[in-house]
Amino acid sequence: MAKLNLVLLALLLACALGLITSQHQARKGFSELEREQARSRELDVEYGQLQLEASTWGLHARVERIASASLGMRAPDPRRVRVVELEAAGK
Amino acid sequence: MSFASSPAIVRLPLWRSRFVLLVLLAAFAVLVGRSLYLQAVDTDFLQMKGESRYSRVIETPATRGRILDRNGEALAISTPVKSVWAIPEDVSAGPAQLARLAKLLGVDARELQTKLADAERDFVYLKRQIPPETADQVAALGIPGIYQNREYRRYYPGGEVMTHVIGFTGVEDSGQEGIELAYQKSLAGNAGSRRVIKDRLGRIVEDVGSVRSAQDGRDLILALDGKIQSLAYSALKAAVEQHRARAGAIVVLDARSGELLALANVPSYNPNNRGRLGGAQLRNRAMTDTFEPGSTLKPFTVAVALELGKVTPSSTVQTAPGRLTIANYTIHDAHPAGALTVAQIIQKSSNVGAAKLALSLPREEMWALFHEVGFGAQPDIGFPGEASGRLREWKQWRPIEQATMAYGHGISVSLVQLARAYSVFARDGELAPLSLVKLDGPVTGKRVIAPETAHAVREMLELAVQPGGTGPRARVMGYRVAGKTGTAHKQENGGYSAHKYLSSFVGLAPASDPRLVIAVMIDEPSAGQYYGGAVAAPVFSQVMQGALRRLGVAPDAPMRPIELPGEGEEAKEST
Repeated sequence: MAKLNLVLLALLLACALGLITSQHQARKGFSELEREQARSRELDVEYGQLQLEASTWGLHARVERIASASLGMRAPDPRRVRVVELEAAGK
Repeated sequence: MSFASSPAIVRLPLWRSRFVLLVLLAAFAVLVGRSLYLQAVDTDFLQMKGESRYSRVIETPATRGRILDRNGEALAISTPVKSVWAIPEDVSAGPAQLARLAKLLGVDARELQTKLADAERDFVYLKRQIPPETADQVAALGIPGIYQNREYRRYYPGGEVMTHVIGFTGVEDSGQEGIELAYQKSLAGNAGSRRVIKDRLGRIVEDVGSVRSAQDGRDLILALDGKIQSLAYSALKAAVEQHRARAGAIVVLDARSGELLALANVPSYNPNNRGRLGGAQLRNRAMTDTFEPGSTLKPFTVAVALELGKVTPSSTVQTAPGRLTIANYTIHDAHPAGALTVAQIIQKSSNVGAAKLALSLPREEMWALFHEVGFGAQPDIGFPGEASGRLREWKQWRPIEQATMAYGHGISVSLVQLARAYSVFARDGELAPLSLVKLDGPVTGKRVIAPETAHAVREMLELAVQPGGTGPRARVMGYRVAGKTGTAHKQENGGYSAHKYLSSFVGLAPASDPRLVIAVMIDEPSAGQYYGGAVAAPVFSQVMQGALRRLGVAPDAPMRPIELPGEGEEAKEST
């Protein structure tokens, strides 16, 4: 009887320790998740800011100004443009 | 001698010990009862108290959705910024520190002093919406009593070019104008909240459960094409400046899908910096203002006549002597002509011709077509403040009104309505439903006139931009263009002003298979020229050329340079 009790006690202790460890692991994992989520939000924000920047640099008016003023580009004369009919794909 | 038998001991009565025992038992029972009550019956209270020691409800804000153009270019994006606030009583900082703070925040040092001197208030914003980098520098100063909170600010990279369509949001990130207001609900999303367990250091260690999950606002993809919009805005702006006009507006529609590819107004404003804003700049004229369209309405009068079989394009109408008097009111033609065919009435834009044609038509039929193409009713595209214009019940029309309406007076429309109405001619008689958001393909419209009628009117509109018509400056090299000029006296104090005009042009191209409808309106050109063919038509031509190239539309006409008419060669429009 005493032997069985001892075994049960050991088992109980093992279970308790296991629970504590797993709880700790879970919390650690969770805080990691939180950190990563915060990072993902930050990256989202950065993505938005980069998009803004891209839009600002890529403003049509600015591109046109640079193309014509500093690169000396101009739209081709319509007479020198050939329109190519695209073969209807998949038909 | 035993202790019990000692004479010193007084024997107490038995009931006393029993009484003490009973009292102790009763006390124990009370304890048991109380603990039972707390643990089993009234559990919520203690649990709540316990939880409040470690669990917190935190707000999870929703990000406002982005607004993109049809090619995915960003037109409006929210990004976090910081607002700096203070509890004046708690602030303790030397003058040098305050000066540095004022410089960082970009506010006047004295103003900052007065704000902080007000000890009555326990919350005062020092500066709202500053960039995160500046906010970090402010935090680095380490002044006690100064705090920051996170807010979102909306940025509009398109600036003044797009602003009348997009609108803007207020400081609380809610839509105030334009699309931002119209789509406020789906853009804003819903803020959520969650219950979490925090540890001693304030780190979140466990999610107890989500109370409400945050829903970010949905991104909105507009029908707008950023490049065409930019082209339209710059062409319009140049024309308004060149002709010293009060204002101008332009609308570009995709004839196949009814999508709004561009909509611009001048004067405009920068939505990122709305310091001094006047009503004139804010107004989206193309949507919310109505005007008497003038001659651009004649094609609809002709369409009614053709539809009813009253005339054919080659029927003649006598317009001599260039005057028509109805009930004390005389309608004039700028250049009196003799007998004109119906096609020539459009080409030369004869008021008398159009009026005579209208007088031969039943009032209700004319009203029905005007109504069906959308005049007098809101275009219903979900834009705040869409104007409906004025189209009176046909029962109230007197003959003179019917006659003036034939050439666009006594009726008022918005530019968007006018552009949409012209889609009837572009789509072989179908009226396209307008759309602000991107669609997947062509849409089916509502049939308003027979395809033959639409074709016939389109041919007349093509004549109007040929030499001999009123709008040869609207032509585009390589494409067949169809369109109509309009020049109307502005209404003023209940009458017509003699020297204030409203010039317009509405047209479509390529005429063989129309892709685009463009409507241009210039308000009060005052640099000498005021005819729609001289003021508005060149803007149309410029934007149409760029837009057709942008969309890769194949030319349907030979590439011949366009010879502009010399002075006085153009057909003068009747106003």
